Amino acid sequence: MGKTEFPPAIKSRPVYGVLEPKPGAAHLVVADGEGALAVAEMLARAGAARVAMLAAMHILYTPGPNGTDLWQMVESLTAAQAFRAPTIPTLLPRLQRVLADAHMGLQIYLAGTEGLMGQAEREVMATGFPYRDIQREHRGSTVRRVQCVHCKGITENVATDPFQCSHCGLHLFVRDHYSRRLAAFQGVNIDAEEPGNVPLPVVRFT
Amino acid sequence: MSGGAKIAVRVAEVVEVNALIKRFRFVARDGAPMPAFSGGAHIVVEMDDHGTRRLNPYSLMSDPEDRSGYEISVRRDDMGRGGSLFLHRYVTPGMEMVISNPTNLFPLDVRARKHLMIAGGIGITPFLAQIAQLARLGGKYELHYAARSPDLGAYMDRLTLAHPGRVHCYFDDQGQQIALDRLLSMQPIGTHLYVCGPKGMIGWVLSTAERMGWPKGALHAEEFLAPGTGTPFEVRLAASGKTITVGTAQSLLEAMEAAGVDAPYMCRGGACGQCETAVLHCDGRLLHRDHWLTPDDLALGTKIMPCVSRFEGASLVIDR
Repeated sequence: MGKTEFPPAIKSRPVYGVLEPKPGAAHLVVADGEGALAVAEMLARAGAARVAMLAAMHILYTPGPNGTDLWQMVESLTAAQAFRAPTIPTLLPRLQRVLADAHMGLQIYLAGTEGLMGQAEREVMATGFPYRDIQREHRGSTVRRVQCVHCKGITENVATDPFQCSHCGLHLFVRDHYSRRLAAFQGVNIDAEEPGNVPLPVVRFT
Repeated sequence: MSGGAKIAVRVAEVVEVNALIKRFRFVARDGAPMPAFSGGAHIVVEMDDHGTRRLNPYSLMSDPEDRSGYEISVRRDDMGRGGSLFLHRYVTPGMEMVISNPTNLFPLDVRARKHLMIAGGIGITPFLAQIAQLARLGGKYELHYAARSPDLGAYMDRLTLAHPGRVHCYFDDQGQQIALDRLLSMQPIGTHLYVCGPKGMIGWVLSTAERMGWPKGALHAEEFLAPGTGTPFEVRLAASGKTITVGTAQSLLEAMEAAGVDAPYMCRGGACGQCETAVLHCDGRLLHRDHWLTPDDLALGTKIMPCVSRFEGASLVIDR
């Protein structure tokens, strides 16, 4: 199983690559769920640099939204530091703390779901680090983090399209329009012109 | 018109900064405020050097908030093609000149947590404007400025006095060198690096930063190239239906302009990409000297930057 292949979409939709080991003074990895596999495969490609990379590596890990928990595998990589958070919201304060002390020369690797990578990217971007230089590889669940454009509430782990906003209850169409600032896709009311005419939800994200 | 809108200016002041550098202040002839600019921007100064038209880019060094005039500092290059010599020898207060609107190819990335600036010699000029801008906005910065000797370290006194603790000076004649590895290893995440100076210094700083894992998006450099000299060559201009000869001390762009062809340009120093021209036929070798074309472009050989690049061989046809 390699990186997730997504169908072609509008320019706003993020695209992801494959993690490549790069020389650096330190290596920060943020991963969830199946993202652990991308990290292990990246390290396998590092060859002779693997030992030095691991000696300067800090991994922040949390299980995926589908329940996949590869923490034992993450631990077995023997990075200098590895931290398991129970959820993404509990991982982010740790990431903020790590970034506060980080220096240039740090390589940043994100792996796993879009919700995790988007929110981690947002923390990194807040430091002024160029977002194009953050490596990202998608693995695992494709459920989406969606902002309702009407009430501004964010619903996590959206699987169907349309879906009902968890805050205001409107039925929302899930767009590919993505915001790096919010780390979320845009959800737009689907029955605004003909209230009550809501198509049946279809599972689009798994 | 190629090169964008022009500003008719009068030389308000010429100051000898040191043995090699003079400072020129331009004000609008009609008394209007100058267009706003941001730190790192440059202008192209048009010169009529006794019949030869010269257009050279110079970084603006004055405070971007000062709309009453623009200041540039020019290092005399005795071996150059003559632009800096013309400015040093013949430009005096009261003279009327024409300059371009400012263009910024070396802006601050204001998302940065900190700006680390490295200047060599006359490469200090864009940083003077950027520091004025940051001092006002409250941005965090640190300047490392190397010069041949204290006498040639233009504006060092002014900078160290106004920004104590943020400006670090180094002198070649005292054997001082920026401890680059150490400096680059201790910068907080989100620092952006800016370098302006001689080619060797830019190469040294950028390659060291990349080796130490600095991302490309955090690295910013500016070097204006002089077109340089070379063997005369002939070019066929397909769109204009003209065949011209480019002289030894002339650039391809200048030769086109002398033939009455209104070719696009902006920086005239191989940096901005504005003058990019398609090569329709090339029997010979393109002598690329710009910073613009990508390695792929260079391999394909289907584009040329007429402001700095030349040709040698049997025949060249370009789409202009």
